[in-house]
Amino acid sequence: METLKIVAVSAGLGRPSSTRLLADRLAGAVRAQLAGERAVEVRVVELRDLAVDIANNLVTGFPGAALREAVEAVAAADGLIAVTPIFTASYSGLFKSFFDVIENTALTGKPVLIAATGGTARHSLALEHALRPLFAYLRAVVVPTAVYAASEDWGSAGDAGADGLAARIDRAAEELAALVAGRSGSGSSPAPRASDPYDAVVPFEQQLAALRP
Amino acid sequence: MQFGIFTVGDVTTDPTTGRTPSEHERIKAMVAIALKAEEVGLDVFATGEHHNPPFVPSSPTTMLGYIAARTERLILSTATTLITTNDPVKIAEDYAMLQHLADGRVDLMMGRGNTGPVYPWFGQDIRQGIPLAVENYALLHRLWREDVVDWQGRFRTALQGFTSTPRPLDGVPPFVWHGSIRSPEIAEQAAYYGDGFFANNIFWPKEHFIRLIGLYRERFAHYGHGTPEQAIVGLGGQVFMRKNSQDAVREFRPYFDNAPVYGHGPSLEEFTAETPLTVGSPQQVIDRTLTFRESFGDYQRQLFLMDHAGLPLKTVLEQLDILGEEVVPVLRREFAARRPAGVPDGPTHAALVARRTAGTAGETPVPTGPAA
Repeated sequence: METLKIVAVSAGLGRPSSTRLLADRLAGAVRAQLAGERAVEVRVVELRDLAVDIANNLVTGFPGAALREAVEAVAAADGLIAVTPIFTASYSGLFKSFFDVIENTALTGKPVLIAATGGTARHSLALEHALRPLFAYLRAVVVPTAVYAASEDWGSAGDAGADGLAARIDRAAEELAALVAGRSGSGSSPAPRASDPYDAVVPFEQQLAALRP
Repeated sequence: MQFGIFTVGDVTTDPTTGRTPSEHERIKAMVAIALKAEEVGLDVFATGEHHNPPFVPSSPTTMLGYIAARTERLILSTATTLITTNDPVKIAEDYAMLQHLADGRVDLMMGRGNTGPVYPWFGQDIRQGIPLAVENYALLHRLWREDVVDWQGRFRTALQGFTSTPRPLDGVPPFVWHGSIRSPEIAEQAAYYGDGFFANNIFWPKEHFIRLIGLYRERFAHYGHGTPEQAIVGLGGQVFMRKNSQDAVREFRPYFDNAPVYGHGPSLEEFTAETPLTVGSPQQVIDRTLTFRESFGDYQRQLFLMDHAGLPLKTVLEQLDILGEEVVPVLRREFAARRPAGVPDGPTHAALVARRTAGTAGETPVPTGPAA
């Protein structure tokens, strides 16, 4: 069977970064879920390294070589893990700009796990009011569990009222793994890929016929 | 192979002096640049069409008609003619008139335009950009080839018993290129009609255009106009030259850094590595331009953007001297030496007339419309 490609996009800015740490934990959990079933290749895209390329793409309309490669990897992934720090009540500008320069059809049907980090748990719903609508617009399939890691979560095992971070990571990873491996729903169909306009050109007669009154 | 220049017609402040030319100065400069193009032995001058500041060329056939009267050999073209928001009937009339006045030295490049508000200003919907390009061009194609047209479509008033006048010179419509930077649909349209395809590759990396031109060539052959190698391809390019490349970089850098399109983004070095922009010696421009055929195959028309980023007219005219004297003669020789037999030359009115007279439609790749 073909190797499954999981890409984790991290918009963390620090070095080291808790956002990157969360991305790695999620990627590791997804890999573990699929272990024994499918070979998994994990790639982490650090947006910090692409910050200037992303700004340049906004200005010029085309991606430089490194950004192009990252965008292609995201578009070709079987599953995407998207992790951002929460800044000013939403995803970071860098995170948004990266998804702004991706074709708006590139993520159609793609399984996506959304996650975020922040200093306090009070911002956790930014995942639901900012990230989830963004990926809904892109027609991605976002798994039900979104993972938020506040600073305190890194030192807590959860309590009676809420799962700990590790449990949330595992639940979200299981949901993504199920979608990626095609275990859910109708079973074996892989996630649909965005169509390539160069491979599926509409014959001109059809373009003309569509306009006939 | 044809070599020429194309101009956007922007009014841009010279960042080194802070001086902004008036619209009148810019319009006269465009004319001076066109006349210089003929003087230095270039084949083509193409003007943009825009309907918003800071651009001046809203009325291309007025400008090209004036240039036609003052030139002898230069092919007058557009880059681009807005097939989406112009009435195709008016395009048919205006450019047929220009074709007569210029004794056939006219072709056009169709484009959709990239300024959103132009669509509503001209009563159209930008979301219909591709369907407008498809329907309007289909009508234009008929108006130039059928004396009496009955037509009904989605985007303009129906026509009953309409004759577009004047009829094209010698019964041969102006050659048409379809310009696109990203739409496979337009490559398909150009291929369907056997028209030319102009890939304005000046801002984007070549990998993108290899696919787009490859699609056009393949579909050109699919529709029976010739082999993929015989498809009619045009490319853009932009250059700034001085005898020593260091001088070129030093002089051009402030223009690059402040240019309306790419300024304040990537560095000059990054941009020249990723796109066809070449800033250096004439030899560097020659070498870079010759690589285009390796990426895209032998092609028919090379247009350079020379009057960009607020460069003063005097500098642009110097650049045209270098282009005409030192670069294009070498490129003509080198491209000719590398061109395989059977690859057609750039389209001219005389060649289209000769082709029609010989009745060889379908045998040679000079386009005449969809193959039967």
